[in-house]
Parts: sequence; C-alpha cells; structure tokens
Amino acid sequence: MTNHWIDLRNSDCILVMGSNVASNHPIAMKWIQKAKDKGTKLISVDPRFTQTSARADIYASLRSGTDIPFLGGMIKYLLDNDKIEKDYVVNYTNASFIVGDKFDFADGLFSGYDPEKRSYDKSLWAFVKDDKGLVAKDPTLENPKCVYQLLKKHYSRYDIDLVSSITGTPKEDLLKVWETYAQTSSKDKAGTILYAMGWTQHTVGVQNIRTMAIIQLLLGNMGVAGGGVNALRGESNVQGSTDQALLFHILPGYLRMPSADLATLEDYKKAITPKTADPMSANWWQNGPKYAVSLLKSFWGEKATAENDFGYGWLPKLDVGQNCSWLNLFDDMYNGKIKGFFAWGQNPACSSANAHKVRQALGKLDWLVNINIFDNETGSFWKGPGMDPKSIKTEVFMLPCAASVEKEGSISNSGRWAQWRYKAGNAPGMAKPDGDILADLFVKIRDLYKKGGKHPEPILNLKWDYVDKKGHFDPHLVAKEINGYFLKDIKIGDKEYKKGDLVPGFALLQADGSTSSGNWLYCQSYNADGNNMARRKKDDPTGLGLYPQWAWAWPVNRRILYNRASVDLNGQPNNPARPVVKWVDGKWVGDVPDGPWPPMADKEKGKLPFIMKPDGVASIFGPGLNDGPFPEHYEPLECPVPSNALSKQFINPTIKIFKGEKDQHLTCDPRFPFVGTTYRVTEHWQTGLMTRWQPWLIEAEPQMFVEMSEELAQLRGIKNGEKVKVSSVRGEVEAVAMVTTRFKPFKIGDITVHEVGMPWCFGWITPKDGGESVNLLTPNVGDPNTMIPESKAFMVNVTKIEGGSKNV
Amino acid sequence: MSDGYSILVDTSKCTACRGCQIACKQWNGLPGTKTKNEGTHQNPMDLSFETYKLVRYAEGTHPDGKNYWNFFSEQCRHCLNPGCMAEAEKGEIIHDEKTGAVLFTSKTKSLNFETAREGCPYDIPRQNPKTKEMFKCTMCFDRITNNMIPACVKSCPTGAMVFGERDKILADAKSRVEELKKSYPKAQALNPDDVRVIYIVTDAPDKYWKFAAGK
Repeated sequence: MTNHWIDLRNSDCILVMGSNVASNHPIAMKWIQKAKDKGTKLISVDPRFTQTSARADIYASLRSGTDIPFLGGMIKYLLDNDKIEKDYVVNYTNASFIVGDKFDFADGLFSGYDPEKRSYDKSLWAFVKDDKGLVAKDPTLENPKCVYQLLKKHYSRYDIDLVSSITGTPKEDLLKVWETYAQTSSKDKAGTILYAMGWTQHTVGVQNIRTMAIIQLLLGNMGVAGGGVNALRGESNVQGSTDQALLFHILPGYLRMPSADLATLEDYKKAITPKTADPMSANWWQNGPKYAVSLLKSFWGEKATAENDFGYGWLPKLDVGQNCSWLNLFDDMYNGKIKGFFAWGQNPACSSANAHKVRQALGKLDWLVNINIFDNETGSFWKGPGMDPKSIKTEVFMLPCAASVEKEGSISNSGRWAQWRYKAGNAPGMAKPDGDILADLFVKIRDLYKKGGKHPEPILNLKWDYVDKKGHFDPHLVAKEINGYFLKDIKIGDKEYKKGDLVPGFALLQADGSTSSGNWLYCQSYNADGNNMARRKKDDPTGLGLYPQWAWAWPVNRRILYNRASVDLNGQPNNPARPVVKWVDGKWVGDVPDGPWPPMADKEKGKLPFIMKPDGVASIFGPGLNDGPFPEHYEPLECPVPSNALSKQFINPTIKIFKGEKDQHLTCDPRFPFVGTTYRVTEHWQTGLMTRWQPWLIEAEPQMFVEMSEELAQLRGIKNGEKVKVSSVRGEVEAVAMVTTRFKPFKIGDITVHEVGMPWCFGWITPKDGGESVNLLTPNVGDPNTMIPESKAFMVNVTKIEGGSKNV
Repeated sequence: MSDGYSILVDTSKCTACRGCQIACKQWNGLPGTKTKNEGTHQNPMDLSFETYKLVRYAEGTHPDGKNYWNFFSEQCRHCLNPGCMAEAEKGEIIHDEKTGAVLFTSKTKSLNFETAREGCPYDIPRQNPKTKEMFKCTMCFDRITNNMIPACVKSCPTGAMVFGERDKILADAKSRVEELKKSYPKAQALNPDDVRVIYIVTDAPDKYWKFAAGK
C-alpha cells in the first residue's frame, strides 16, 4: 500500500477491483464503512457479485482477464472529457516528456520486438535527451511525441463499444464507474484503488496495476490522504517478508540481487546507482551503495573489509538473465535439477498453479523438509491421491514450528506498519519458533563446513550473534541488526556517534563500512528511542488517522508515500481539508515528508516529489517493463474468444510458455468452453492448511464448491447442491455446484461466455469429503515481469458426474 | 432510568464475515457441527441447540436486473413480551429484569417444546433431542453482567452490531433508518418496540429471511 488501512476512511471514492475486500480483508470494511458513513461511493468491479459487491454503491461485472480494456477505456474517458488534474500531471508525472522517434506501436506490438526471443529491445522506448542528459519536455503537453499525446493516441482505440464487447460489461455500467471515479479529478477529492490477486495473477498482472497507476496519476490521487494504489496483501506479514527479500531477484530493502557479470563491488555499486542530470531530482537510489555496504557489514561483520569488497564476493550471484521464480523453480525440480527443498510455512502441493506438476516434482527430490504447524498436502504428497508411495524416493522430514502467536517478533502489514507482537504462549510439544529452527540449522551447517566443503567463506565468515545465553534465537537482537549499528566512533555533521550505537535513520548509513544495516528500509525501527515497532500511542495530531506513534512504518515512519505530491509548488496542500504535509515557516508539518527539501518553487533547493524515480516524477510512460511502456490488452493464455478484438496480437507477446509434458494449455477449445477463476473465502486461510482443522470454520465452509450462473446450470442440467466435475486440460476436481444469480453470462461480441469460480482453500488431507485443490486446474504460465501464475483466468469444463452426483 | 439492553443489527453494514457466528460458538463452547455444502455459503443451514447465531444468506435479482445478496445475522430477539414463555410458569424460562435477556434454563426439559417454538414469532427455540433441554442465544448473559459486551458484537468489524442501553440503541436505530431512507426508501427497523435485538433492513424483510419480521 502507498497509503494504509485506516486511510481508507479519508477517501471520496473507493474502487475495489481485483479484490474482494469484504471476504478477504474483513477488517478493512471497518474503515470503508466509516468512509461510506460520510457519503463515499464504494465501487465493486468483479466477474462475480461478491460480499464486497453486496455493500457497494455501484457494481460492474467483467470477464476475468479484461481489466486493461476496462481501465484503458477509463483513461480514454478521462482524457476525452479532460477529467484530469492538470497541474499535477504536468509537474509530477512524465506526461510532458518527449519520447524518441524509435518508439512505435502497431497492431498490438511496441517497437523493438524480437519474436524469437519473445522480448523487446527496450532501448527503442527511450526519452529524447539534450547534450547535458536532460529529458526534453513540453509542459503544454501538445507535442505529438510527448507522453501525454502518446497516451491519448494509445487509448483512443479503447472506445466504449469495443471495451464492452471485450469485457462483457454493459455500457451503462462502464460509464457509471468511469463517471463516478472521474469525480476525484477535483483537487479536493481523493479516490483509492484496492486490489489483490485478482489483478496480479494474470499474464498481464503488472500492466493491470500500471493501468490503474496511470489513472491515479491523471487524477492526482497519489500521495494524498484517501488516495494511492493499495495492494491488499494476502498474509499478515507478506509485506515484511518481501521487504526482507523473500524473492529471488532482490536483497533486503529491494536492493538488486547481484548477477555473475557484476564481479566486483564497484561493478555492483555502478549497476545499482541510477543517474540523473536533473538537479531537481533527489534520485534517492543514488544512495544504494551505502545500503549495500551496510548490508554486507551486517552479514559478515569484521570479516567484511574494504580490502575484500566487504565480502561482496561471498554473495551468491544469479547467472545473467537467470530467473529463479516459482514456476521456473518447480520446472527445474520437475526436471530433476533440484535435489533438496525446504517447504517453509507454505503448501505448494495446493497453492501452486498446475499443482499436479508440483506434486510430481516433489517426487523427484532426494529430500524435502516440511516446516509447518500442521501436516499438509506437501509433506504428505507421497501418499496423496494417485501417488504410489513405493515408487517415490523422496525422504521427507517434518519440523513442527511455532504458530504466529507462539513467538515474539514483528509483522509488517499491508500499510507498511511494522508492529511488534509479544508471545502469547509457548509452542506445544517439540515445535520451535522459525528463528530457533534456523539458528540450529545454521550452527549444524557451519560445523559441517568447518570440516570442509566448497566455498566455505560465506558460511564460516558469517557474523552470527543472534542467540541468547541459552542458545535461543533472540528477535530483539535480529531487529536491532536489521536497524543497524555504528561500527566505529564517528562524527556526522556536528553529531557524534559511538561504536555500537544503533543508527537513528537510514540517512546516516555509510558506504565506507562504518555502519551496518540488515535492511536500510527498516533503519529507525529500533534505535536509541527503543523498539519503535512496539509503540502503542494513540495520538493523531493530523486528524487523518496517521497515528505516528503507533508502531512504526517504513520508510522513516512515513504513513503516506509520495506525500510531497499532495501539495502545490509552494508546499500548500491541494486539498486544504485533508493536508498530509504542508510547508509552514520554512519547514514541513504533518506526515513525515518524502525528504526534507523545500517545495519546488525553491528552484535551488526544491526537489521533485517522486524521489525513488531517477527523473523525480511518476511514470505514466514506463519504459522499464518487459511488455511495454503502456499497458495493452492481451487475452489470457487460455481464453474463450478466438481473437483479440484490439489487435492481431492474441496473447502477451513476452510471456514464457513452458513446453514440457505437464505444461499443457488449450485456448478457445470446445472441450473447455468456460472461463474459470479462483478466490478465497473468509473462513479459510490460503490453502486452508491452518483452517481446515478448525471445526467452526469447516462447519461454515465445509466443501470445495464451484459457483456458476443459473444459465450455465441449465445448459448442463446441473442442480444446485449436487456434485459436479470441473476439469481443465491439466486435471479435474469434484465440487459442489453453487448455482447462483451472482454469476451472469457475459455477452462478448456475438458470443455468450460463461464463467465459473472456485475457492483454493481445499485439499485432500482434511476434512474427509472436503475436496481437492482447484490448483490442479490452473495453468503454470506467468506474468513476463514477475512470473506470478495466471490463476485468475483459465478455461474449464463443468459436467454432471455420471452415475451419481449426490453430495455426501 | 435504564430500560435494559438492546442490540442493533444494521444489515446494511454486514459483510457476512461470520465473525459473530464463530464468536458465538467460541464463547459458548459450542461444537462445529457436521455440515455439507448445500449450494449456498450459508452453513449450518439452520439454528440448532448447538448453533445460537447464524448468518442467513438470501440472494436474487431485483426487477431492474440488479443483484442483491442480503445477510441476516440471526439470533434470539429477546422480546419484551417473550412468546416462548407463554407456558413457562415454573421458572423454566427467565426474563431477566435488569438486562432484559430471555434465558432458557435446564428446566426447559419439562416444557412442551413445540408450544414454546410456536409461541416464538421468530422461530428461535431449539431443543437437544436427547436431553430435551431447550437452547438459544443468551445475549451473552455471563458477559453482559460482567462488564463485557456480547461476543458476537465484540467480533463485528464494521459496526453492523452494536450493544448498549436500550434507549440509546432505539435512538441510534431511528437516526440510522432516517439516514438510510435517503438511499433506500424501504429502510426500516424491524419491530423495535417489541424486541431487544433490533434489525435494520433496507429491503423487504422477506428478502432476508422468511421470519425476519416475524411469522
């Protein structure tokens, strides 16, 4: 989230699209209800009429996988009707930037496409720069090559008739949503978007979000209270785990993972330091080297010296272009390239797209360590349906771990608030906190390396002082390490710091090895003021619900990101009724501003507001993405229509298509005529691993179901409540038919398209008759930028079960 | 002077998260009963001697083609003149004066269950088929007499359920209905003068549950 949960109450219009917030983030509805109480409009856009739709002022349906036409049409509407916040667009976005002559777009493809590599030469999308390196701009936005005009041209094709014929949304509903949301172009109005996996899990996942980001920029909704682009994270601490580099391509604090061509620290520093010629750009990532060296010092302590590149050589490196994301990882495992696997706090046998391939892949391992609070379909895959235990060689270890309330530590919520939790009770039996399991493992591994082994330095040199006297993992020591220390006595400005002092904030981190920090973004979370994450003061000086003394938010306790975009060039709030920050008597008041510099009217010291971008402005034109600088509609890999109504380019031209025996997909095939999608229910958490053992929850949602329209049920002769078979080219599951008015057939051009929806919270282990994972049906194809699987739009068939369909 | 307690259930704020249904089971130590999916998210399908609080789901299409999906978090209404008590002459059912809660005691074993159930306009009483004892919502009597609010109300994230002094709740209900009427002409509070658990609906009561406003 650029904003945070409580801030939803400040919004004037809340668009929920790609999310079913009422079901999946029920507490959020507290703040949405507070907004509604003062007249805020709630809009729900979803293929299915959901619990969120039930509370919405406006509901619009759309076929899964057509969000870009829906939103691209909104962009066209905003531009055609001049419903934009012009000062904001000119001053704070790259709308005025001139794009080079090599950029082009024709019939679904941007310039620079190489069909063999299925990728673009992105250098063709570069901006025009003068000899000083400054980007050419046209603040009048009239130059035909400026971003604004290119945007207008690009979305001119997304007219309402065409959009409606792709999305299946009735035209009057499209208009109602566009008109209502467009009202937030007014400076005193803020609109927010809440999205989740309904947007990300597509082969155009990143571009779905980009389309909305463009809308938010045109409307001036970024950086303001009640605005922002807000990703509702699916797990209580998934934000924290991402910050702490759960993913393969980053180090903690979103530092880039080194690749093999960056042999030395100098190479790496150069690669992570963006350049700008614009003196008005803060270009914050130019500080990357300070954070990288502080991280290396945190890893290897005194063993990391200037002479040995602070241990940079000990960091693992990706091969150039290597992508180790989920789908590739399990493809490698399936092909026997991975021998051992820690399944830690996860259940890929149910959670992963094309789960059947994953279950087969687990059988190719030498060993599998399953660390969880319950047995699950992953740890017991070898005795699951269709498996022959005798033929599986994988040795499986189960390590029981403590549940979240059985250990102390921080969790970072969607709003970036790191909140410290105390331990409510001890874990039962042999279960241990994850930190203890890791600490024990590390010591064993280090002992083994002491006896020999290849490349032992990273392990033997690792600084390891995170256990207490009894040998237990100490979360406070780790939290302090993440914050960072001064490693020698040092004077910065007129302030002196002693060796061993906690660093007050990341502005003081150094690239010379004099500071450490396990994650620069969290520097300030635990410092001389104490454990700021444990703060529980309820003061709200701005009245906006920022609660600056409650817990701690990254970065530097800023509650609303890009907040300097909420003011005019003189630092005065665009909406005086809800000022996030304000320039008063030579300083900022309100939220922690995006940097200390004065407002932009100060031509010498002022800075542009989007400080994490080298240009200092937000990107309406995004030349860094793999599938194009503007979002463009492509059909899902599996879709119900024979062609893309917007261009000859049927599917996203840059997606990776796996070609193994288990990687099947079929599009527009009469055997699988219905769109399938997946979702969660309130009662079950993720794969249901924790909740399917809970009698009250399983009483409320006991069995795998498939929701379908009355029309589809009639077509197939299916009665409400009977068991049916749902199949895709990859597998089949049984499910109870829920025949509902909440799904309606879509009119897509001349054809009627039916869509069905299923939850992904079931699995064979428990309960009996609960049903199997819907991910046996979903395709293993991913977004070209993130490789997140396309679990939200694929093709299925639904049939009666011959010879008996009575539910147990 | 207080007039006991009331609970306001504003269905226009209910999201069917079912926190109330689960919280009721948890506080009252009631088991998760064996269920199957019967073609609806509602489960269990009805109240029982082991289910005092149940979110009922009702869906359909309005004449204008728009969907509705109504959620009705049902429980005993704790009537001011409880119909279930008509034949309870020996203290089998207690009408607590201070709180207004209507409480089934273990003596309900000796009552004629069908009479008690038929006497209830909202079809609330349920019986343990083995012990013949009757059960229903207690307004969390053990909580509200110990400075706690009912478990269901405590769990509600959106403020759809509010517990408080009856006069205050009545006033809240009135102003909320006035507010809702601007957008929903059919908005009303159901039988506020007769019951302590007052539901606000924005559509015809039978579009929520057949006994929402009484039999």
